[in-house]
Amino acid sequence: MLKKLRVIISLLFFIPITFYFLDFRGVLPQQFHWLAKIQLVPALLSLNLIILLVIVGITLFFGRIYCSSVCPLGIFQDIVSWVSKHFNKKKKFKFSSAKNILRWSILGISIITFFLGFSFLTGFFDPYSIYGRMATHLFKPVYMEGNNLLAGIFNAAGFHSLYKVQIFMLSISTFLIAMAMMLIIGYLAWKNGRLYCNTICPVGTVLGFLSKYSLFKIRFDQEQCNSCGLCSMKCKSSCIDAKNKSIDYSRCVDCFNCIEACNRNGLKFSPNFSTQRKKVENESAMDIDENKRRFLSTLAVSSLAVAALPQEGIKIKNFHKVKRETPISPPGSKSAENLMSACTSCHLCVSKCPSQIIRPSLLEYGLGGIMQPILSFEKGFCNYDCTVCTEVCPSGALMNLTKEEKHKNQMGQVHFIMEDCIVYKDGTSCGACSEHCPTQAVSMVPYKNELTIPHTDTSICVGCGACEYACPAFPNKAIYVEGLKVHQQATIKKEKTNQKINIEDFGF
Amino acid sequence: MLALSGAAFTIKQSKAMSLLTQRFSGKEINENYDLVAVLGGTPVEMFRKGIAEFGGMGNFVKKGYKVVVKPNIGWDKTPEYAATTNPELVAEIIRQCFRAGAKEVTVFDHTCDDWRKCYASSGIEAAAKAAGAKVLPADLESYYEAISLPRAKSLKSAKVHKAILESDVWINVPILKNHGGAKMTISMKNHMGIVWDRGFFHSHDLQQCIADICTMSKPAILNVVDAYRIMKTNGPRGKSEADVVLAKGLFMSQDIVAVDTAATNFFNQVRAMPLESVGHLAKAQELKVGTTNLNQLKIKRIKM
Repeated sequence: MLKKLRVIISLLFFIPITFYFLDFRGVLPQQFHWLAKIQLVPALLSLNLIILLVIVGITLFFGRIYCSSVCPLGIFQDIVSWVSKHFNKKKKFKFSSAKNILRWSILGISIITFFLGFSFLTGFFDPYSIYGRMATHLFKPVYMEGNNLLAGIFNAAGFHSLYKVQIFMLSISTFLIAMAMMLIIGYLAWKNGRLYCNTICPVGTVLGFLSKYSLFKIRFDQEQCNSCGLCSMKCKSSCIDAKNKSIDYSRCVDCFNCIEACNRNGLKFSPNFSTQRKKVENESAMDIDENKRRFLSTLAVSSLAVAALPQEGIKIKNFHKVKRETPISPPGSKSAENLMSACTSCHLCVSKCPSQIIRPSLLEYGLGGIMQPILSFEKGFCNYDCTVCTEVCPSGALMNLTKEEKHKNQMGQVHFIMEDCIVYKDGTSCGACSEHCPTQAVSMVPYKNELTIPHTDTSICVGCGACEYACPAFPNKAIYVEGLKVHQQATIKKEKTNQKINIEDFGF
Repeated sequence: MLALSGAAFTIKQSKAMSLLTQRFSGKEINENYDLVAVLGGTPVEMFRKGIAEFGGMGNFVKKGYKVVVKPNIGWDKTPEYAATTNPELVAEIIRQCFRAGAKEVTVFDHTCDDWRKCYASSGIEAAAKAAGAKVLPADLESYYEAISLPRAKSLKSAKVHKAILESDVWINVPILKNHGGAKMTISMKNHMGIVWDRGFFHSHDLQQCIADICTMSKPAILNVVDAYRIMKTNGPRGKSEADVVLAKGLFMSQDIVAVDTAATNFFNQVRAMPLESVGHLAKAQELKVGTTNLNQLKIKRIKM
């Protein structure tokens, strides 16, 4: 009963958030970004106290419900594990001891590096972000390919409700990381159930710690239980020691498979009334003390280690694929530094950008910024009126901008190199840059004969990259956007009010 | 004497051209006028008046035809900004095509901004669908097919949207705007929305390439220039409504050079725009696409 409820709730979270990542057609309303905003690490980074209190509260009441039913990576592992059962009917889990040093070390390092100003490791291990990258870089292309196949069939039959989309690799390195993560976590889930959640995942470690104190727990009924071990075999967290009738609550994710498996009603999900578990509780109390000690010592050691790293070692400069000297961070990020302090690289912005211009970075931001979103104008440019990325960002790395605020947000500045311009080189008309410019920071001014040539005004430029994208000059683009370390405000010139012009005649 | 014979030759040429057009579309157009200009009404009213002077849509669209109506949907802008063709005009043309017996009417444009946003913001997708047309995307190279342009000077071949190539006739419905690079964007420049590689145009003498694409063997059966709202400055995208003038005009002709010449002259009343500065007009005349010499044409002027 409880298990069925858990499965239903899990799917109610998992299916929409997965589809939200894949949904390039905008079938789901934009507001579904709440599914990302209720995830723990993004809520923590954006200091969303309500969400944090709810998650902590639920954990203190019922245990790791978040891990069980809200975290998409957790549910993904459950699905893999469930599928594996159909291939190996005799599959059994068995109790194993907790890998506490590993867990707490990873948590410690994630926290320390985060406070040192870059969130790469936080995002690297954050389960929601891992799943986001898998969805964006692995599942979405497959979904788009499927769409294209269907659209091909539909269009041939004369129906045009579906349309084809262009599919391209956004970043090879991130694709490989996402692929490796999926294979490793998928393999672990296939073999050992929720191993990732209980040995690596920093969210799992924290919530595991909290859930030791939760009110409701799965408890053995000492009279009913005959230590047959059926529950332990079904426990995907390998946290039930049936022989000793004890459960490691720091690893239990409330899947309720054990309760379902028990023939004798020997396990109950109940509040803390019973007194029979005194002994085990004492044990776990000791366990906690030890954990705390371990955690503190790891924290100390790893902070020393990270502090010892030379700063230059973290931020590699002068590594550019393009002539751009400063990378362009997405709208609402305020600065690369601000982005790096809060972004977990879940790539929801990457997936949701309608122009597909947000891509994972390589080393443009330095080592600490690997995989964090960067703008690329190779295949498109930032739509002037679009604020999607700033709306969907769950971690507050991209601040929500209104259309008016975005019109003033300058994330880069236009640079014009006349020597490379078609008008200068070939003496023919062009104007591709200016025609795409939404603010006319690039305007065409009289040049020789009847020709016009670009003229730039960086004060009104928003850095959308439309000019750079459109410039047909080869081999060097004659116009491009140089990023700004800190975003600035573009001035908005007052438009002259439209003087009434009455046209009475044809003019010919 | 020499000048006169030259002029006569031009007329002959232009007549020969329209004969070519007629043969291509396989029918005789019993037209009273070469060009119709309408002032002072709504887009729909002006179009109804104008098409009547040409003897009705039935002269261009026959029973069972597959028709393409090609507006300018290049930008993610709403109609008040005059960056895209008036949606009501597009819808009226589609309705008249169906009334004339068209089997199918298709609308598309190779947009500059994200096509889904352009199609929605311009109001054209909704208006066209409501009028019964099919609205196709044009954002992928696979929708295009190469054609050769033997008469062209710079653009010897181009990839053109298959919808145009597979249609029986197509109607070109641009909006009248100033253009930073090409000076004006009207009917001829609107061809950049039926081709795949616009970058080639810009990097290989834009004005010449615009003239070149108009030598395609399947010219628009009719050009309808929407000058209801026109963009006088900061075109073709525009910044604000201060760029827009409510001009309430409409120009129609089978001669694409003539209709663009007329529209440029009309625009010249709002902002100086000498014909010589709009390079593609003379270049197209040179390629015998049409004439810039409006005096030689029978023009119907209607004020509403």
